Order: sequence, then C-alpha cells, then structure tokens
Amino acid sequence: MGQPEQPESASSVSRRGFLKGVGATALATGALAQSGLAATALAPRTANAEPPAAPPVPLFGPAPVAVKLDINGKVRELRLEPRVTLLDALRNHLDLTGAKKVCDRATCGACTVLMDGKTVYACTVLAVEAQGKKIETVEGLAEAHGGNAPIQKCFVANDAQQCGFCTPGFVMACEGFRRGHAGASREEVLEGLGGNLCRCGTYHGVANAVLDVLDAAKGGK
Amino acid sequence: MNAFEYARPATVAEAVGLLSKQEGETAPLAGGTDLLSLMKDFLVEPKRVVSLMGIEPLAEIAVGASELRIGATVTLDALLQAGFLNQWGAKWPALWHAAAGIKSPQLRAMGTVGGELLQRPRCWYFRRGHGLLAQDAKGESLVPRGDHRYHAIFGNAGPAKFVHPSSLAPALIALGAEAELVSPRGVRTVKVEELYRAPQAAGERETTLAADELLTAVVLKKVAPKSATYEVRPRQGLDWPLVAASVALELDGGKVKAARVALGHVAPTPWPVDAAALVGKPLDEAAIGAFAVAALQGATPLAKNAYKVELAQVAIRRAFAAALKGI
Repeated sequence: MGQPEQPESASSVSRRGFLKGVGATALATGALAQSGLAATALAPRTANAEPPAAPPVPLFGPAPVAVKLDINGKVRELRLEPRVTLLDALRNHLDLTGAKKVCDRATCGACTVLMDGKTVYACTVLAVEAQGKKIETVEGLAEAHGGNAPIQKCFVANDAQQCGFCTPGFVMACEGFRRGHAGASREEVLEGLGGNLCRCGTYHGVANAVLDVLDAAKGGK
Repeated sequence: MNAFEYARPATVAEAVGLLSKQEGETAPLAGGTDLLSLMKDFLVEPKRVVSLMGIEPLAEIAVGASELRIGATVTLDALLQAGFLNQWGAKWPALWHAAAGIKSPQLRAMGTVGGELLQRPRCWYFRRGHGLLAQDAKGESLVPRGDHRYHAIFGNAGPAKFVHPSSLAPALIALGAEAELVSPRGVRTVKVEELYRAPQAAGERETTLAADELLTAVVLKKVAPKSATYEVRPRQGLDWPLVAASVALELDGGKVKAARVALGHVAPTPWPVDAAALVGKPLDEAAIGAFAVAALQGATPLAKNAYKVELAQVAIRRAFAAALKGI
C-alpha cells in the first residue's frame, strides 16, 4: 500500500490525531499485530477517554488516499477516495474501459476481471481492497497475446456475441474458467459461466467458444 | 455511495475496537458483495468501513480433534474446495449443497461465509428504500396488498414479511452449528439459529448481533450425520431459491435416532422445523411424506405465495431422499 493521507474528517466517529502518518505498510506486514497493543482493544472504550494504548490502526479517507494497483503486470499509482470501486478506478482513472458498468450490483458480470486468477465483479470490489492483488483486464489479455487471445479468437469463430456489451466481461469469465478446467464438459462450462448475463442470448456461442479453446489447448482442432 | 473512512485492521481485537456501538455508524466489510450494493443504494450509510480481509485467521478453516472451525471470511470457493468436505467422506453435504447453490463463480470467489450468513434481506420493498418492514406513512405494511410472491409463509403475523436470504444458515442449523461472536464485551457463542430474529418495530435489525459485534467463525461438531440441502429454484442460473430445505439425520438400525430440519426462504428468519415426531421410527417414503405435510401445517401464506407451501414440502422430501442416498 502507498503512503496514507490523514485529511480532516467530516465523520462523527472519534479519531486519534496522534496516529497521523502511521503507514499502512506496517499494518500489512502484521507489525502492529505483534506490537502487543492489540489485546487492549477488547477493553470498553468511550469517545472521550481514549486509552493511551489503543491500537494504532490507521484510518484512510474519506478524502482521496494513495492507492497502488497491480494491473496487467504494471503498478499504477492513483489517488482515490476509499469509496471508489475497482471498476470506476479502471474506467474513470486509468482509461481501461473494457470492463463495463451495467448493473453495478454484483449481478450481471459485465465488469468481470481477474483478481489473483479468480473472476470477480470489479463493480463490487473497493479499489483500496484490490491493493496487493494481481488484476487482469480484457485489455491485458489482448496485450499479452499481441492481438486477440485464443479465447477471443474462439469468440469470433463461434459468433459468440451480438450487441457485444457483455462480451468483455464474458471473455474474462471464460478466461478465468478456462485456466482451471481443462477437459470440461458443456454442462460444466455453462455452470462455470453462471455469473454472467447476456440479454441477446449468446450463451450457446459463448459455451462453444470455451469448448473450442479447451480443445485447442489439448492439441485438438 | 456516500464517502467514508476506511480501516484495514490486522486483528479481530483491532477490528472490534473500530466499530461503533451505534447501529449504522460503522460497517464491517468482508467480500462486499452485499455491503457495496447496500451502500450504493443508500440503504446503509456507514461513516467508517472496517475491512476484515486483512485479518488472516478469519480466512482459515481449522480442523480440530472434535470440531471444525470455519472462519468468517473463508470464501464460498474456499469452503467448497476445502478437503474436509471430501476427505472425511462427505461429512457435511448439506453445507456443500447450499454453498454450491450459489451459482455465480464471481460471487463464490468474493463472498464469504460470514457475509453470506449476515447478508440483508432481498425483499424488493427493502431494497427500494421502503424499510425492512415495508410500511407506508400510516405504518401499514405494503406487502399484503402488493407483490409478495417471494415473501414469507411462516412467521409473518408480525410486521416483518420478508424472507431471510441466507443459503448457508438452514444447512448450518440442521447440522447443529454454532456461531462465534466477538465484541468489546468479550467472546460469546450462540447457535446459528440464534443469530436471527424477526424485527418487530421500524429500525430493528433482523439479527441479534450488537452494532459493535463481529461474527468471527462458525463451528461444526466433527461427528456429522447424513445430511443434504435441496433448493427449489426458478432457473438453473444465479438466483435465490424459492424455498430450500436442509436435513441432517442420525440413523440406528434403519430407525431415526436424531433428525434436524430447517427451511430457508420461508420466513423472516431461517426456519427450524421440529422433527421429534420422526425419532424412533423407520424412515420410509410414507413417513417422510407425512412429515413434510405436517411441517407445513402451520403455514400462513399470503394471497400470492401459497405455492411455496407445496414447494417446501417437495424440498423437504427431496432433501431427505438426498440425505439417505448420500449424494
């Protein structure tokens, strides 16, 4: 994590001014957990009488704080409010607009990206929470292959899109599935794509694209 | 979404110390799959969000000599992949079935056991800002005269008409699991069913947790019976079940030694069903069918959700069949 900033808070929650400048790095490495201070937090506290040994857990925001994201193998440093989602960070701050904002409620899958190899809804991950994770977007997929990746070529070959708005999310969901499911059946493919919706109904082509890419990986057609 | 300050403590004690006693002031964050949506719709507006994802022990499954402890931030994926579910001869299939019923890989990768148990109701009146009790200006419920096809058929005599959305809770209740709670006042352990209550007045929550209390783990006894969960759902893909039934059985020479049954999506809380009538009797199709009918005897469906009575009977029968078959 980057250097935290401790701006004046509009919050009514009590704050501890002496903590200004305490780094999140120390927290991430567990140094605070070993400081022996943690146990005192179980003692009842009041807003007026802070125990001097209260655990120095840094607070970030609500104003923008330094956020470091590992996106497609590159470290990107940003200043974001803690409320900014990973999807908004990608689209509005990094100009990576492949992941789409559709339902914005962890349902439709149009914002799907990979985080540490697992598919997630970028609309529902806070950017601050994505720090330290390896994030892969559809832009990175194409970049790594110097053009369309195998799964994207299979989308084209199987006519696996219609209006195309859900497609980048579907491509990433398929890529995430493909990596852990060599030899998957059609039923398993459909089950594995349960987190994405397509209003045009291209599921048949999408499933064929995944089956083709799995086939190609084992030296088939 | 309103702005908030954010903390990422490394221990449970630190996390609890950052939570306010006042309801709604602060919010613990795990997978975020429900909390972020609630914040975007201004249904919860915490001034401080406390991430639990930096607390490593909370993400662990610990296999003890006599019990299994599942940390609150263990993801649904990690739960499904945990060796204990297979290595011990599928000891808790009811829990596996319930977790596998959450059909989105993204939600399984992000969502946690604790978050799944404490997600807020999906009642569309609540989600559209009419409050948990969905009352109009005169304090009358909008639900009986509105669209309540997914609402409660049990426990709906009071002002709460929503159904609790948890998939894991009925399974954990049938399996006799306990929940571990930590607050500034210390640690307490309750049965999973005791986490929930039907709110009786506006502003009341559907859980028994204090505002500054964290669910840290669920604990299962290692001696596990035959069990299963059966969900009746409107489609194969991602959606909440219409009804679900979880059963756990101990048999002795073909006769029931102990049976525990809980229903999901039928009441404002997960709904345990008294199965004492089965004890000492052989468990054949007739006995299961009679039990399923009796279990729904006290149902009080609204005008448009009586169909759930029959579906719940079907879910009970199929859950028993799956438990006996050992699927």
